Amino acid sequence: MKLTLQIWRQKSKDEQGTFVTYNINDVSPDMSFLEMLDILNIELVKKGEEAVAFDHDCREGICGSCGVMINGRAHGPGRGIATCQLHMRSFHDGDTIIIEPWRATAFPVLKDLMVDRTSFERIMQAGGYVSAKTGGIPDGNTILIPKPIADEAFDAAACIGCGACVAACPNSSAMLFVSAKVSQLALLPQGKAEKSARVQNMVAVMDEEMFGSCSNTYACEAECPKQISVTHIARLNRELMASQV
Amino acid sequence: MKLNSKIPEGPIEKKWSNHKFHMKLVNPANRRKYNIIVVGTGLAGSSAAATLAELGYNVHAFCYHESPRRAHSIAAQGGINAPKNYSNDGDSVYRLFYDTIKGGDYRAREANVYRLAEVSGSIIDQCVAQGVPFARDYAGYLDNRSFGGAQVARTFYARGQTGQQLLLGAYSALCRQIDAGTVKFYERREMLDLIVVDGQARGILARNLVTGKLESYAADAVVLATGGYGNVFYLSTNAKASNATAAWRAYKKGALFANPCYTQIHPTCIPVSGTHQSKLTLMSESLRNDGRIWVPKNKDDQRSPKDIPENERDYYLERLYPSFGNLVPRDVASRRAKEMCDNGYGVGATKMSVYLDFSDAIKRLGKEAIKQKYGNLFDMYKQITAEDPYEVPMRIYPAVHYTMGGLWVDYNLMSTIPGLFVLGEANFSDHGANRLGASALMQGLADGYFVIPYTMGDYLASNTFKKIDTEHSAFKDSESAVEKTIATLLENNGTKAVDEYHRELGKIMWDYVGMGRNKKGLQKALELIPQLREEFWKNVKVSGSAAEINTELEKAQRVADFFELGELLATDALHREESCGGHFREEYQTEEGEAKRNDKKFSYVAAWEFKGVDKKPTLNKEPLAFEEVHLAQRSYK
Ligand SMILES: Cc1cc2nc3c(=O)[nH]c(=O)nc-3n(C[C@H](O)[C@H](O)[C@H](O)COP(=O)(O)OP(=O)(O)OC[C@H]3O[C@@H](n4cnc5c(N)ncnc54)[C@H](O)[C@@H]3O)c2cc1C
Ligand code: SF4
Ligand code: FES
Repeated sequence: MKLTLQIWRQKSKDEQGTFVTYNINDVSPDMSFLEMLDILNIELVKKGEEAVAFDHDCREGICGSCGVMINGRAHGPGRGIATCQLHMRSFHDGDTIIIEPWRATAFPVLKDLMVDRTSFERIMQAGGYVSAKTGGIPDGNTILIPKPIADEAFDAAACIGCGACVAACPNSSAMLFVSAKVSQLALLPQGKAEKSARVQNMVAVMDEEMFGSCSNTYACEAECPKQISVTHIARLNRELMASQV
Repeated sequence: MKLNSKIPEGPIEKKWSNHKFHMKLVNPANRRKYNIIVVGTGLAGSSAAATLAELGYNVHAFCYHESPRRAHSIAAQGGINAPKNYSNDGDSVYRLFYDTIKGGDYRAREANVYRLAEVSGSIIDQCVAQGVPFARDYAGYLDNRSFGGAQVARTFYARGQTGQQLLLGAYSALCRQIDAGTVKFYERREMLDLIVVDGQARGILARNLVTGKLESYAADAVVLATGGYGNVFYLSTNAKASNATAAWRAYKKGALFANPCYTQIHPTCIPVSGTHQSKLTLMSESLRNDGRIWVPKNKDDQRSPKDIPENERDYYLERLYPSFGNLVPRDVASRRAKEMCDNGYGVGATKMSVYLDFSDAIKRLGKEAIKQKYGNLFDMYKQITAEDPYEVPMRIYPAVHYTMGGLWVDYNLMSTIPGLFVLGEANFSDHGANRLGASALMQGLADGYFVIPYTMGDYLASNTFKKIDTEHSAFKDSESAVEKTIATLLENNGTKAVDEYHRELGKIMWDYVGMGRNKKGLQKALELIPQLREEFWKNVKVSGSAAEINTELEKAQRVADFFELGELLATDALHREESCGGHFREEYQTEEGEAKRNDKKFSYVAAWEFKGVDKKPTLNKEPLAFEEVHLAQRSYK
């Protein structure tokens, strides 16, 4: 396949960015999207130009490093996959592909397609844990968690922290991400003791970090590579309300 | 150098508790006076950093990712072992110990392995307390499954994403300490040198990957938990950024590197599809619980697998190993797959794969049950290959997966440099020549949660520390050396990109130092690697500058180290004239084609000492004594 790529190039956080057009030939449908970028980068480097910077690591949809807007969609076409799981067989010969970074005030661009998502870290540090110190813990089977509850908690815990929900949301809200953690720990007996403080603190930091508010567009769920359900947002709201009475 | 493994006295089941009692303690009020650097925040590093901080030490944690949650540990799929005997099938600490020693083909240290088995039960409890959503049954009890090399079901799991859930648990414990101010976390920092002052590890030099600046950090002790070196083969199941630089630079500062040739090839990975391939994807070993491996009996069978009748299929693992069947250890399963393909029985367009078939399990348990257990793996497979494993068998082939070798450590997990501790996949300690499935997660967390908190205290309490800061000449010297290397790479106006060199190195490694090794091939590798390394330094092209995000520069430094490590790996493989576990020398095999050890000559840990890039490293030996488990030819028949 031959493709035309329009890629956002931005030297650093403080500089202005712009789209640059590249033509790429010999793309095989079996290649992954990131392998296609690898090939472009090798060509660029050999010409003495800078490689396109993008975050990636596991390349199997679990580390949450990758993530770019592809033709206006977070992680590109396809449901339930991260950018690294997208294969070129989803495109056609002659296509033009527009590739840009996540756009959100809370995710400043570091370079090209790479953004700073440490705002997510600060939300997690505000309460995304159970205060269980190492040692002196009773046997795992002393806490019984029936399968349906364990499964639902797992569904929430599957979040990879990629930020696609924020990028897809017209308000750049982080509600899906935050609710996934709040919901996981609210469902499990281990998380119950701290649940009020947790939801309040995490939501407070989310607001401080300049994420927008949720207006129930559900764009997040549609683009989430782990298909985290918006029902977790509803649970977060209930938890938040309950914590305030 | 005389290696002292510091194995405690006493019967094996008492060693760790005796040792814990005899170790020195740091008074709680004094702990905050000590600074500890932890490099790497995967399972081993996050658990260590969080636990040391809970104890009251001042912890400084570093990783090259933007968050600890991105570490390679996140990708572990299948599960984590613990001998809880919840399945009531005869498991015990002793059995896990025995299985691990045997699985490692009698090349691991008994005392370490026993301790690992002993503390592993607490890991499960700890993770449950953190809110890790392990699989449960309807009554709410923890569920188990079985893994290769074991005849009991002792593997705990969280769907096919166990590593993710365990890492998120350790990460949450770390977040709590960052919030409490006891851990300072430095993201997007890559350690490029270890600082040694008066023989003690006292700090690191790291590059800030965002600003490009070289930064110095001083401390009283340094912990490396920087993962394995599987990416020396270029194609592996490791994450793209996984690299050996931290361990390698420590090696060059005097830490010994043990058993580099013990590399694990995982039998069930998605086969290579073309030259563009950038990494390989694992299909968890847990699939071998329900999937059956086979090839057509007729080499040239062109039929679709569904049309090949039962009696024309060779379920070769079940045939060769009736008692373990599809659940033989990884090294055995990998070698047999290679043998089938080398003999022309492979399937698929390249004939370099074998079938992993779920149709019997689907018939027996129903599609829904299979989906519950392996749904995400099946989806992943389909996404990559565009084939539906519910309908047609998966096609799999072995791929590089894990490295048992690593920096040499004593029983306290301390390297040969005092004050430098090494945890997780980065050390060599517990898996011998072959790691059993679901044991790496166990080891990383055992090291971090339950071993280092004790042994670190003992080290700090037993030694004195001269006051030093980052103005010390050791930091300055290291900084100018690293600056020089970076400048050389950037100024080199070559014609080939880093990835191209990495791929070529990987091909040499796979062809001559891969699944089957022999003297001639290894000698060839030892000619080719230095040649290619020389060419790399003359002809590599790295664009961009040092004072910014520069992903090419990051890769170039890692690949430069892989060249040196690759050479050591081949040297070790050449010297070890026996086959054991993941190290298969074609000259040394039994009549049935199994690995044939030479216990008289090679029952030792090979710990290599750096003498200079173009000089031969010195071999140091730590003899292995087997007092509990009798040395025997492994049999899984
Ligand atoms: C696909 C896959 C599936 C697996 N499945 C299982 C399984 O089911 N069960 C099992 O037991 N094991 C499994 N394993 C093995 C297991 O996941 C790993 O061995 C283990 O997670 C390694 O953990 P670690 O903490 O030692 O290192 P890693 O998780 O690799 O972490 C390394 C850390 O070090 C940091 N780092 C490295 N170098 C530097 C540097 N120079 N400067 C700063 N930071 C640095 C990184 O940023 C990272 O934080 C699997 C492995 C793979 C590849
Ligand atoms: S909720 Fe989904 S989209 Fe948002 S960070 Fe988690 S995995 Fe990514
Ligand atoms: S690279 Fe890890 S999720 Fe895409």
